[in-house]
Amino acid sequence: MTGFLGKDFWMRNETLVALVIVLFCVFAAISDPNFLSVTTLSDLSRASIVIGILAIAAMIVLISGGIDVSFTAIAVFGMYASTKLALAIWPDMPWPLIFVMSAGIGALLGSVNGVFIAFFGLPTLIVTLGTLSIFRGFLLTFIGSQRISDLPPAMRDFSRGVLARGTTEAGYFYSIPWAILALVGVVVLTWFILSKTMLGRAIFAIGGSVESARRVGINVKWTQFFVYVYVGALAGLAGAIHGSMGRMADPFSLVGTELSVIAAVVLGGARLIGGYGTITGTLLGVGLIVLVQNSLIVIGVPTTWQSVVVGLLILLGTGLPAWRAKHAASGNA
Amino acid sequence: MTEAQAGVFVEVVGVTKRYAGVVALDGVDLIVRPGEAICLAGENGSGKSTLIKLISGVEQPTTGSIRIDGETVRRLTPRQSSAAGVMVIYQDFSLFPNLTVAENIALSTQIASHDIMSSSRKCRDIARQTLARIGVDIDLEERVELLSVAHKQLVAICRALASKARLIIMDEPTTALTAKEVRVLLSIIRKLKEDGVAILFVSHKLAEVLEVSEKVVVLRNGRKVAEGPASDFDAISLTHHMTGRDVAETPPSQLPVGTPVLLEVNGLTRAGAFEDVNFTLRKGEVLGITGLLGSGRTSLAKALFGLVAPDTGTIVLEGREVPLGDPIAAANAHIGYVPEDRLTEGLFLSQSIVRNVAVGRLHAHQNLGVLSLNALVAEAAGWLQRLKVKAPDIEAPVQSLSGGNQQRVALARWLSRGPRVLVLNGPSVGVDVGSKSDIHAIIRELAGEGIGVIVISDDLPELIATCHRILVMRAGRIVDEMEGGSVSEEQLSVRLAS
Repeated sequence: MTGFLGKDFWMRNETLVALVIVLFCVFAAISDPNFLSVTTLSDLSRASIVIGILAIAAMIVLISGGIDVSFTAIAVFGMYASTKLALAIWPDMPWPLIFVMSAGIGALLGSVNGVFIAFFGLPTLIVTLGTLSIFRGFLLTFIGSQRISDLPPAMRDFSRGVLARGTTEAGYFYSIPWAILALVGVVVLTWFILSKTMLGRAIFAIGGSVESARRVGINVKWTQFFVYVYVGALAGLAGAIHGSMGRMADPFSLVGTELSVIAAVVLGGARLIGGYGTITGTLLGVGLIVLVQNSLIVIGVPTTWQSVVVGLLILLGTGLPAWRAKHAASGNA
Repeated sequence: MTEAQAGVFVEVVGVTKRYAGVVALDGVDLIVRPGEAICLAGENGSGKSTLIKLISGVEQPTTGSIRIDGETVRRLTPRQSSAAGVMVIYQDFSLFPNLTVAENIALSTQIASHDIMSSSRKCRDIARQTLARIGVDIDLEERVELLSVAHKQLVAICRALASKARLIIMDEPTTALTAKEVRVLLSIIRKLKEDGVAILFVSHKLAEVLEVSEKVVVLRNGRKVAEGPASDFDAISLTHHMTGRDVAETPPSQLPVGTPVLLEVNGLTRAGAFEDVNFTLRKGEVLGITGLLGSGRTSLAKALFGLVAPDTGTIVLEGREVPLGDPIAAANAHIGYVPEDRLTEGLFLSQSIVRNVAVGRLHAHQNLGVLSLNALVAEAAGWLQRLKVKAPDIEAPVQSLSGGNQQRVALARWLSRGPRVLVLNGPSVGVDVGSKSDIHAIIRELAGEGIGVIVISDDLPELIATCHRILVMRAGRIVDEMEGGSVSEEQLSVRLAS
């Protein structure tokens, strides 16, 4: 299908996902004229912050040719441990410090993954499945299993901070939280690392072929180690934001959502074999997943159908380009 | 530096390498001068891979030394070696399929210069300059996975050049190239030599690169057995030195008149791949099918075994029509297929040698779904012995074998099933000369037993040596038919290209 849009237009996941988003919005706008509003946008962007940061983290791992399922456990560990620590030693600790602490704990836990994967050369899925269970179990056993709704005041302040707020003409309230800047910051930093530094090139190169990367002189071990530490730090940050925006440190939250985060990344075009993935695609994938999780009801689909729809999207969104690529490949030879 | 050493880039002096008691290299000398192309010939296991590893610093010699620019380097590391300008282009090219042409070419340069930032303009500049240096035009922004094999090789050469290569070691440079692409490669090699870049071809299929080479060095069992100006060697003498025996092959004798037809292919067509293909195969006949890359020969081979579904046409085996596009039906009809790419299509690489053979006979050794393992393994082992697979341990993974032995394992699997028709796609791709003539002997023997063999290949001497008849394909059609014994290589290559 070579149309006016270029020959690989339909092969790109980004295009497909964007198209599905547009279609979804059209249907939603038809069934509810109020759907296309600043309120919806602000609700959706609020819901995208944590999953967005986690998805960016998961994307880097996929690009490097690995897979990480432990990042939700790291996020919740960082969030809960730093909250508890702050309450214990300095309840009035400013929120940036709490966030840095959570990200630091995340980086430390990520380095555990990094050591096993980069220096012992173990398979990434096995290692992170193991650490997912270990981190979570350790958290619940040694640090605590009580929900903390009495957060340090600074964290509550953070969740109240807004960039903009107002009321639409139809009388709906909207606000855009500060936290969105964290997502923007993570996106910019990650984009910079991936496309402007040699480190980023090395991550792509390792995802393309580990053996070739070694032969051209890339330090594969340290690059992989960096990936898992960075992912841990992002997860810790996402966890802290999740806690303060939900006004509660819940050690049982987040874990279990890792697969829908990875689903968002895969929808956006990252390949499980490594070497491929774009930030645009990942953000679009996140947008679609968030849309499905929050607004399915608007177009008249019961919320119980959520996971079915997400599954169908993954099958179609990633299956279609793969199927087309396979057909294109078997045509010649 | 003495006068004699002046102008020598790399010198290997009396190098011996032992691995756990096995001598891989035994007192080998080699001198590489700037702008000189050298053929390092040898069969698998002759020690040529070991020699590359020593020169590139991946391994250290047990005794002897390596001199670069006249200075002996103790414990040469890969980093030192590449810093001195020794670049190895492996058979798989070591490229990054997911990155663009420009990134692939520039990456190692950027890494070597300890860049922290990656500038896409610098990257494109480096790529453009090196491509211009060899006079080739490839889209810089194309992802390497979408390139042809020949272009991938050029990208690998450019990457070596971008890293200031003074010696490029090319492992099996022509194995995957068509005759036309080989000519392009040779003209590029000539340019590089004028620039003072030395080239070391490492291969067991070197006749094609002899014309651009100054010197030939032949290794056999870890020893240098011949060395001399390239003009003193030809394909036959190379083979003689590599194997230590004369491999003279005679084309098969004519089939007796009235030999019954085994397989009939009528009007086989698949849009975009092949069109109206008709031929017959007689009992005990070896039929060659050749054509340039893209002529449809591979699609046709796959169609015969049901891996590609034709749109129309019939395949009739001994009077019975074989269902199209169904490999299981083809296998049940006793058609066997040994694919061109053993590694990805033919073998279970990490599984044991004996299992790779036995997998073809699971159905015959089961009783109510329970396998009789002993009988299965015994039969498979018997076939391995019959095909002279050289394996110290048949429980070792099949990937530990050399190319020639792997091909025999793939053959053994099909032979154990008692095939009537055997389709061999590129039977000797990536196989050394000695094994090649053994495989040809096996083909002859099979035909002698009444099996119909179809050999699909672009190795013209191979076709001439083994086939009763040769069909030439062009743009999906069979355009020519020749008697195997009567045609010369030149005639065949003219018909192929015209």
